[in-house]
Amino acid sequence: MRSVYLDNNATTPVDPRVLEAMLPYFRENFGNAASRNHSYGWVAEEAVEKARAQVATLINASPKEIIWTSGATEGDNEAIIGVARMYADKGKHIITDRIEHKAVIDPCKYLETQGFEVTWLEPDKAGQVSAEQVKAAMRDDTILVSIMFANNELGTINPIGEIGALCKEKDVLFHSDGVQAFGKVPIDVDAMGIDLLSISGHKIYGPKGVGALYVRRKRPRVRLQPIIHGGGHERGMRSGTLNVPGIVGIGAAAEIAGKEMAQESKRVGALRDRLWAGLSEHLTDIFRNGHHEQCLPNTLNVSFLYVEGESMMMGMSDIAVSSGSACTSASLEPSYVLKGIGLGDDLAHSSIRFSLGRFTTEEDIDHTIDSVVTTVNHLREMSPLYEMAQQGIDLSTVEWQHH
Amino acid sequence: MAYSDKVVDHYKNPRNVGSMDQSLPNVGTGIVGAPECGDVMRLQIEVDESERIVDAKFKTFGCGSAIASSSLATEWIKGRTLDEALALKNTEIVTELALPPVKIHCSVLAEDAVRAAVADARAKRGAKSDKTEPVTS
Repeated sequence: MRSVYLDNNATTPVDPRVLEAMLPYFRENFGNAASRNHSYGWVAEEAVEKARAQVATLINASPKEIIWTSGATEGDNEAIIGVARMYADKGKHIITDRIEHKAVIDPCKYLETQGFEVTWLEPDKAGQVSAEQVKAAMRDDTILVSIMFANNELGTINPIGEIGALCKEKDVLFHSDGVQAFGKVPIDVDAMGIDLLSISGHKIYGPKGVGALYVRRKRPRVRLQPIIHGGGHERGMRSGTLNVPGIVGIGAAAEIAGKEMAQESKRVGALRDRLWAGLSEHLTDIFRNGHHEQCLPNTLNVSFLYVEGESMMMGMSDIAVSSGSACTSASLEPSYVLKGIGLGDDLAHSSIRFSLGRFTTEEDIDHTIDSVVTTVNHLREMSPLYEMAQQGIDLSTVEWQHH
Repeated sequence: MAYSDKVVDHYKNPRNVGSMDQSLPNVGTGIVGAPECGDVMRLQIEVDESERIVDAKFKTFGCGSAIASSSLATEWIKGRTLDEALALKNTEIVTELALPPVKIHCSVLAEDAVRAAVADARAKRGAKSDKTEPVTS
């Protein structure tokens, strides 16, 4: 059975070119980058520094501003908790928003238990947070603003440059979770006024278990209290033996992404548009969630009215996607991101996220359109909600028997 | 999550999908759940004079396990009397479909839908007897 992978915002396959670059660092070049006194160490260190430059180039940073991490969850934690602890004397107020990744939300919630105060901004219906909202939330004791570059479920891109400029003006540090944007859209930490940026390897056709945190060194020089102690690696900000093959991988992946971004985003964007056009042509009562223009080229989030997301995924079992339906989440709650942009629970239950990638083909998209249309029609045939809607019943006026 | 073969079978080939005229005196309708919860089941039964279910139909908005639970329920209650239908337990559905713990609520919903449909059929029969046929026994 053919299988189509449209869940690239969850993870991506390792690009064969990336794997090739990594392999020597499992075999002959296995040295510890911290071994300063033999060639094994020097070779490993050289590879790590090359990767640092590769990652830095893609975001217009200096290699010295790149700290290796185990992934973006660690990067988000280090940025938020590290800044909070370092600058607690200056203030204890943090600004973020309700549809951040859990790797930002949970450290912020943790800080709330440690005497910090967090303002949770409400994004608009498209999932954007505006600089005006951030400005209105700013206080004299605000030390950090953390707003994601692009949302993982919606693909919506925030006005990062405007928020960054505001933070510069107010002398407040600005962190952005750049996981979904890195490698997909241009990022310039200088032009955009970003002070800290978390990124991950496995979303850009690199390996899992490696990421980086950009930490600005000039105007201003950002200082962090480490959350991992033991050896003082990475300028003391992140101890631990470096994952050399992983770092080589994220470096190679970043370089490829930089070279191919313009072409790839055009190609993937056209496929995404083809998918939406095909679905719209063949199905009624579907809605595209998130911002339609300020959006990652690869992401399409759609609510299919009157059908439930998990049953859709069951019907198109040869297509890998994800859903905002509660039935697909461990918490049995529908997507907090979709709820956070004001979507009703019913629409959240009916949502599917398609995230395309480097290896998605036109054939994949056409097969997906066929499969989605067939599945939605099959499910609507047996949906009482669809039947009621066809009869002109306004579902919001029905008194449901809640469980 | 992997689905049992039986859930997949009911999902792909649901039994007794459809609608009955809700206004008919011999049709009982049960609607349970809510769109915001991600599950709505409508189960309908056609009942003959001897309180036997001669036909059953369902439509379900929900996950594959909810669809399978309601499909199975219609299959099982056809031919039963109303009393026998009420004896249907959600645990039987769980066993038959090999539902994991996280999907037990789907079977509960199907049991509730059967109960609601039976109650509706009974209410209609009661109303009908009151109006047209004096109770003789």
